[in-house]
Amino acid sequence: MDGLVSSLLLLLLLLLFGGVTSIWPYQSLKFWSKILRLISRLSNQSPNNTALGSDGFPEQLRRELMPRHVAVILDGNRRWAKEKGLTFIEGYRAGFVAFRVFVGICVQWDIPIVSLFLFSSENWRRPQISLRTYLHASRSNRETNSEIPELGVRVSVIGDTCSLPISLQELIKETEKETEKGTKCHLILAMSYGGQNDIVQACQGIATKVKHGFLEPEDITRPLVEQELQTRVTNVPSPDLLIRTSGELRISNYYLWQSAYTEMYFTTTYWPDFDRGEFIEALLSFQQRGRHFGRN
Amino acid sequence: MQLVLLGGSISRASVMTESRDNENSLIRRVASFARKCLFGILSVGPIPNHIAFIMDGNRRYAKKNNLEEGAGHKLGFTALMSMLRYCYELNVKYVTIYAFSIDNFKRRPEEVQSLMELIREKIEGLIKEESIVNQYGVRVHFVGDLKLLDESVRLAAKRAMVATSKNSKAVLSICIAYTSTNEIMNAVKQSCEEKWEEHKKLGSCGTTNGLIDYAEKVGRKGNNFIGLSDIERHLYTRVTPPPDILVRTSGETRLSNFLLWQSASSLLYSPSVLWPEIGLRHLVWAILNFQRNHSYFEKKRKQV
Repeated sequence: MDGLVSSLLLLLLLLLFGGVTSIWPYQSLKFWSKILRLISRLSNQSPNNTALGSDGFPEQLRRELMPRHVAVILDGNRRWAKEKGLTFIEGYRAGFVAFRVFVGICVQWDIPIVSLFLFSSENWRRPQISLRTYLHASRSNRETNSEIPELGVRVSVIGDTCSLPISLQELIKETEKETEKGTKCHLILAMSYGGQNDIVQACQGIATKVKHGFLEPEDITRPLVEQELQTRVTNVPSPDLLIRTSGELRISNYYLWQSAYTEMYFTTTYWPDFDRGEFIEALLSFQQRGRHFGRN
Repeated sequence: MQLVLLGGSISRASVMTESRDNENSLIRRVASFARKCLFGILSVGPIPNHIAFIMDGNRRYAKKNNLEEGAGHKLGFTALMSMLRYCYELNVKYVTIYAFSIDNFKRRPEEVQSLMELIREKIEGLIKEESIVNQYGVRVHFVGDLKLLDESVRLAAKRAMVATSKNSKAVLSICIAYTSTNEIMNAVKQSCEEKWEEHKKLGSCGTTNGLIDYAEKVGRKGNNFIGLSDIERHLYTRVTPPPDILVRTSGETRLSNFLLWQSASSLLYSPSVLWPEIGLRHLVWAILNFQRNHSYFEKKRKQV
């Protein structure tokens, strides 16, 4: 009975939707997208309770349940700029400001490892001009960015850096060397990174060892693979929490092996608008989840 | 007189049950027709080729409704049959389900034993003539490290795969004793062993004519002893394309070591409903979201 009633109701709704869409297809789809986005925004409305204690730590969160490794997919800079009628480069600049604020918050709240997904190996084939403007924005920001070493942040870059322009590769090497001794927070920037490529290169490393007789195929274990992945720069390669902004409900070839047991949090907010309040919401959601790792 | 009354009441009772049966079958037929119309409308847009399900929440459902321990899983199986029926009516060609993870072996032995018993029973049910797999021409695959299973379950699984091997309309992949990291490691091991065998063959045969070119080719590959295609060829899930939608019930948004490699660009959908309570409306909502994102996602993919 219940299935019948819900089928009939859905049928009526879809007939209405189908009828309207067939007359004005393009406008209808845009309209329905906006309605769905509005509904999800309203249901995700954060109370914006950013009350902080005397030590700068939010009152709603519990220190002992804070994640050790947070990964973020910084998505939505271009769409944010389009909605505000700005250019893409202004979108990337706003995204970079949000990035610096975010790193500052992570240091303040003692989150030891933060991974940020800047762009993937697939993004390289996007219109060249948008990539050039993003690199230009990130380079000019990084040159004037003397704050990060002072915060005690250690920076590592993972991904297929050989495909980046030589000047950027050198900047990366310099930044990694300058910040080597940072102890407060380890910032892992994923540039031109693909999760499948990471697994393949780890397996190639292992296969080479097998070929030269250092390993038998039976010796291949999970810790061995993790030692070969690009996230070997840290001893906690698996994020506890993965945040993706701008409403896309996908991992998009970011950490695949590493996010086997990662809690995921999706928000429709665009990255330039991802502020302290939004981060508190994400952490609250994380702290309320029961993690069993399949055992219970 | 009493006998007549008794006879009368029995026949009245049987007429009533018969009319109730008729009512039920009428309702079922109307529901099926309404569903067909609904799916016809949905099919105007793109329909996903492959949907994967993580069936989470059976035990919580049993606890919530004060049922005995195994009852949640049995009701979960009924819900699974309904979802499969909807998927196949909608022409979704591939469906993958996460039945049992390698991590689940760490649960209490009694629970693991009863789950294995239920799985074996349901696999045998699938082989029967009137089961859903034969109704919709579904080929069944068991994906995972089957060596870790009991002999009886493994044999039942093999029998099911053989019995349904001639079906070709759709594919059902059941992940049992499976974790994605185990699958990838197994793929690497098998690729290494395969290349190792080829390498040894070359070494023992020397450089006879037919093998010279091959030896040169392998040498030219240099450090890349194995590549992406070698790994993909040895994955358990090589017979299916990557999932378009990955559904996890009970509101948890994590993959729990399921199809990590394959779900790189899958739409993730996590309704808060528990698995035994999942219904048609959740599937329709997932597909509508998939259709809404499809054009944007295809555009992004064409740029790649």
